[in-house]
Amino acid sequence: MNARAAIPGIAAPANTDLPVLAPAAARLSKNTTRERQEGAWRLELKAWYGFVLFALLLLAIGVAEAQSGGDSDRSLIATLVRWMPVILWINGNGFVLNLLISFFAMAIGTVGGAALGLGQISIYKPVRVICWSVTQFFRNSPWLVLLFAIMLLFPFEVRILGEIYSIPAWMKATIGFSLPVMANLSEVVRGAVQSIDTGQWESSEALAFSRMQQLWMIILPQCFKRMIPPWMNWYAILTMATPLCSIMGVEEAVNLAQQAMAAEDSRPELLAPFYTFLMLVFFIYCYPIARWTIYLERRYTVKN
Amino acid sequence: MQAIYDWAQDLYQRTGINLVFIYEEYERVRFIEGLQNTIWLAIICVILSVVIGVVGAWLQGSHFRILRLVVAGYIQFFRNTPPLVQLLFFYFALGKTLENLGVMPMYDAGGWQQPLIGNFGWAVVSLSFFAGSFNVEIFRSGIEAVPTSTREAAEALGYTRLKSYIYIILPLAFRVSLPALNNNLVNLVKTTTLAYVIAVPEMMYTANQIWSDNVNVPEMMTTLFFVYITLVGVLVWLMHRWERSMRVPGFGQTA
Repeated sequence: MNARAAIPGIAAPANTDLPVLAPAAARLSKNTTRERQEGAWRLELKAWYGFVLFALLLLAIGVAEAQSGGDSDRSLIATLVRWMPVILWINGNGFVLNLLISFFAMAIGTVGGAALGLGQISIYKPVRVICWSVTQFFRNSPWLVLLFAIMLLFPFEVRILGEIYSIPAWMKATIGFSLPVMANLSEVVRGAVQSIDTGQWESSEALAFSRMQQLWMIILPQCFKRMIPPWMNWYAILTMATPLCSIMGVEEAVNLAQQAMAAEDSRPELLAPFYTFLMLVFFIYCYPIARWTIYLERRYTVKN
Repeated sequence: MQAIYDWAQDLYQRTGINLVFIYEEYERVRFIEGLQNTIWLAIICVILSVVIGVVGAWLQGSHFRILRLVVAGYIQFFRNTPPLVQLLFFYFALGKTLENLGVMPMYDAGGWQQPLIGNFGWAVVSLSFFAGSFNVEIFRSGIEAVPTSTREAAEALGYTRLKSYIYIILPLAFRVSLPALNNNLVNLVKTTTLAYVIAVPEMMYTANQIWSDNVNVPEMMTTLFFVYITLVGVLVWLMHRWERSMRVPGFGQTA
């Protein structure tokens, strides 16, 4: 008999109501466990960030206007308005491209992640080991290294049935972004499946469901609800990470903003308004997603 | 050592796999410097960010409202903007402005003037503040986890606020915070690659130089993956060991 087992408050329930550690400890521990499993922290965006960013933008514009000395040609509002369509949507570049990359990367990541995650709980050991290794590999490599690897190792054109198709840089960036997302979603899937009570597996087995049927008809429908909040959180994180590919010269919002500033003689007073504007755009897009994630999470946890 | 160099040379001749950073002296020095820089960057940032976390969490319990507001503002700013933007801001906006204003101390680097905080320095500052902002939150939760009765007991024994923080609250809070701290530090080590964008000669940047000079992208990429996976793996292993030995008995196993 283990002597420790009898110590109250350590291995046995404490026989006092004095708290050993305040509830904050349990909260922190819960969040950490979740973070470890999902591979990212929960985005906590608040509405007032938007107002602060907007105020900063106005302030930066005001300061820059004062510096330009009323010269209408160098007026900051005019400059920003002139470049806004370029930074946001013209030619399908700019912020639209950020969104496009995020959609496709998320789609590829979701399909790959689901496959890898289910592979991780396969009954065949080799499949399990391979899927686990792939997941760990992509989960633990820095995003920038993955991005570089795909950008440089992928061919810039492919020949299919004699036709030569060129692969644009943003498509390669999309694949580069989808890899870490895939690996992290794989862990989300695995964690969700493992969080289902074993009774569900046993009772469905007793009802003569095959393993495939068990997964598709009993287990996964229950997992689905638990996977939605982390999945959305990952989408928001991915969207905020897309400017990384501006380093490789993909013409997305940040890259174009930098080009725009260069075209405007790299005036230093442009830096603050342009970057604040970019942050505001990303915030406006990600805020509803982050709020919705928290809402869904609350709704689902109450039901459980 | 020579045997390994010969092996790499031989490998190149036989298979075309060009591990140039092993057999060629110049590239080897460059590679090792890059590796050292990455490891240094990681170690300094980890230590500084933990210090920032501890100090910030203490300041958050301060009696001065303004101090608390400043720390809260710092956390919100650094948590919610991308580290890439922070790095660019620190290096290009803040660093260059300080140099232009003549506030930045310069030193003589063999004929030309160099700013005291160069790109490596700004990478350290920016990444430490980035990770530090998460650490403040983590330590604050840890401190919140220490029951008021413990705090009152320390006060009753005549501890000042600072002393009770150092001797009573922090040791307890640290144990509670350690797992969360681990997550953040592992993230930090992965984020050090971003120093690439301000041309800090760390692993990523050096690898880029080597593959640009020798056109051996696949080999360097594989090496890069190997290096980072090893670094992260070692850190995770160390931290988990530490976590297990520092665990508060009976807490958090079921969570």
